[in-house]
Amino acid sequence: MLKRIKIISLIFIFSSCSETGIETYTAYSPTPSPLNIPQIFASTILPPIQSIDNPQTEEGVQLGRKLFFDTILSVDDSQSCASCHSPENAFTDTDRFSEGIDGILGNRNSMPLFNMAWNYDNKFFWDGRSFGLEKQALEPVIDPIEMHNTWSNAVLSLQNDLEYPQLFFDAFGTLVIDSLLVTKAISQFERTLISSNSRFDKHLLGEITLTASELNGFNVFMDETKGDCFHCHGSQNNPLWTDNNFHNNGLDATFLDLGLGIITGDPNDNGKFKSPSLRNLKFTAPFMHDGRFASLDDVINHYSEGLINSLTIDPLMKSVNDGGVQLSATDKIDLKAFLLSLSDDEFINNPDFQAPN
Amino acid sequence: MIPFKKLVLIVLLVSFLGCDDNENTIIDPITTIGTITVDFNHYWGSEKITSADFNTTTFTNENNDIQTISKLKYLISNLTLHKANGESLKLNDYYLVDLAGLNSNTSITVSDVPVGNYSSVSFTFGFNEADNIEGAYLDLNSASWNWPAMLGGGYHFMQFEGKYGTTGTENPYAYHMGTARVSTDVFEQNFFDVSINGFIMGEETSTEIKMDISEWFKNPYTWDLSVYSTPLMTNYDAQLLMNQNGQSVFSLGVVN
Ligand code: HEC
Ligand code: HEC
Repeated sequence: MLKRIKIISLIFIFSSCSETGIETYTAYSPTPSPLNIPQIFASTILPPIQSIDNPQTEEGVQLGRKLFFDTILSVDDSQSCASCHSPENAFTDTDRFSEGIDGILGNRNSMPLFNMAWNYDNKFFWDGRSFGLEKQALEPVIDPIEMHNTWSNAVLSLQNDLEYPQLFFDAFGTLVIDSLLVTKAISQFERTLISSNSRFDKHLLGEITLTASELNGFNVFMDETKGDCFHCHGSQNNPLWTDNNFHNNGLDATFLDLGLGIITGDPNDNGKFKSPSLRNLKFTAPFMHDGRFASLDDVINHYSEGLINSLTIDPLMKSVNDGGVQLSATDKIDLKAFLLSLSDDEFINNPDFQAPN
Repeated sequence: MIPFKKLVLIVLLVSFLGCDDNENTIIDPITTIGTITVDFNHYWGSEKITSADFNTTTFTNENNDIQTISKLKYLISNLTLHKANGESLKLNDYYLVDLAGLNSNTSITVSDVPVGNYSSVSFTFGFNEADNIEGAYLDLNSASWNWPAMLGGGYHFMQFEGKYGTTGTENPYAYHMGTARVSTDVFEQNFFDVSINGFIMGEETSTEIKMDISEWFKNPYTWDLSVYSTPLMTNYDAQLLMNQNGQSVFSLGVVN
């Protein structure tokens, strides 16, 4: 026991030594920049997930923004995150399957990026395989059908760059770049991508009045005997417009892509994908995990009369044996008008979210 | 004065000794406070059900329909312990029980509960009228637990889903309960109060509140899924039958 005490007191001594050591180096002071929580979220849902070991700072966010738009992360300097996640498309792209740097197509549709700090379960990708944004950002750089780089090479390019080492120092207090710091900076930028200024948001805030068609569309969305969309896609009380949960919404009888089932290994999860947010649909076509639907009309027709039964279909796809919820032509038009009222032009035009200089 | 370093050593030493001393913990004779854990456990008759049974285990209900379960989530509120002399102690405001695998939520622990003999346990299934306030609870909103305003608003009391019928030709059911809509803009409260047996509370007590899921389909109404499967939220008769059948689903289980 005495030995243990000795070791512990040694640790005490060491830790006090290293503390003074750090102090002499500390010459950087990043500016804290907590997320701006929109009123519409503050009054309805829980606060965003804060990353304890990656606090938001102005320097971190700016560095992350630069990295996000910089092709330096790809092996041949041809592709940035923004190549598949473009601001004008609410940070997705218009392709069904995005092309990687080698021209190889993936098998999934790129995902729009916004309000990700409110993804309370912190599960990213269509199948939820990455836990946390920082972990997620490790993947695209080395994905052979995306940026096809190695982290050691990406870090070397950044380290040899004229500007980056200083920017990393400003953000994190070190000139030595590593993959962890790269993903931290990118994640800080991604967390600032907040969308909360759609027509529907403004309607909730009492700033504008929606059209009769949009309002009826909202009722179709909320009505269990009509669209019944709200169980998975939020409501005025959950303005994320997603439950961030995994469901099979009746696309296929058998699955080429097992989705959540690949990750959990549970056959009951086959064919389940993360419910996407319905914000910004105006900019994010094509739709679904494989981009199979080119338009919102296709999506609405799917839920109305195109449902396909399978072992894992969600019971909330309740009218599957009738092919769907059988919306009238007017209800379809109104539902579409309502869905589009969730799109946020201010978000895609926000100067803070565009490519730096 | 004892030098600081020595003091640290002494403190450390004392705490280490404390660790070895576990067996001799002296019970304070005047302790009157304990910690209670309330576990919500789920059964089909006498068979215990967990999320591992979801989608695969089949159950035969009172009406002889074969069914599976894929979701069981419900709200209880005002969980309260009662003494024979009329005193009572509220353990918490509300709790969303959820059997789903990773995020399962089936247990409440409360410390600072006076030990002694409690004659009954009560709670509300769902929210009573005063508590069922549209949009008022951020955690429940975040869980998309809201009940549509056109049906009276507030929150779901239960989402209980699965499929019934023979494999290959199953139909979904969505036994969702909340405020009942009589007609457009006319609503009826649909919560019910549950009171079950009490128990003796010690310093560490765990109690089990059992839900017999089969009772939702049994008593007094023999539930016919071919009549009531979905949509049920908008179905006034179905909402009332859920309320009646729900009254007998809970009981006190093992206490130790
Ligand atoms: C070649 C196109 C491509 C590039 C380049 C790319 N992504 Fe993606 N991104 C995708 C696709 C496709 C998905 C969905 C993949 C899946 O679910 O398996 C995705 C998903 C994501 C998600 C998950 C969003 C959510 O809500 O779950 C995030 C975050 C993300 N990408 C960030 C990035 C970042 C950061 C970079 C740059 C380091 C990047 N992406 C580069 C195509 C790309
Ligand atoms: C059981 C949950 C559930 C219900 C109910 C539901 N959806 Fe979905 N929705 C999903 C899931 C899961 C996806 C993604 C599926 C995939 O890609 O495989 C999705 C995808 C979508 C998309 C595509 C978005 C994109 O970015 O690709 C739209 C639009 C959509 N749903 C609208 C609706 C509408 C409108 C309704 C009501 C008529 C509805 N959903 C009902 C779960 C649901």
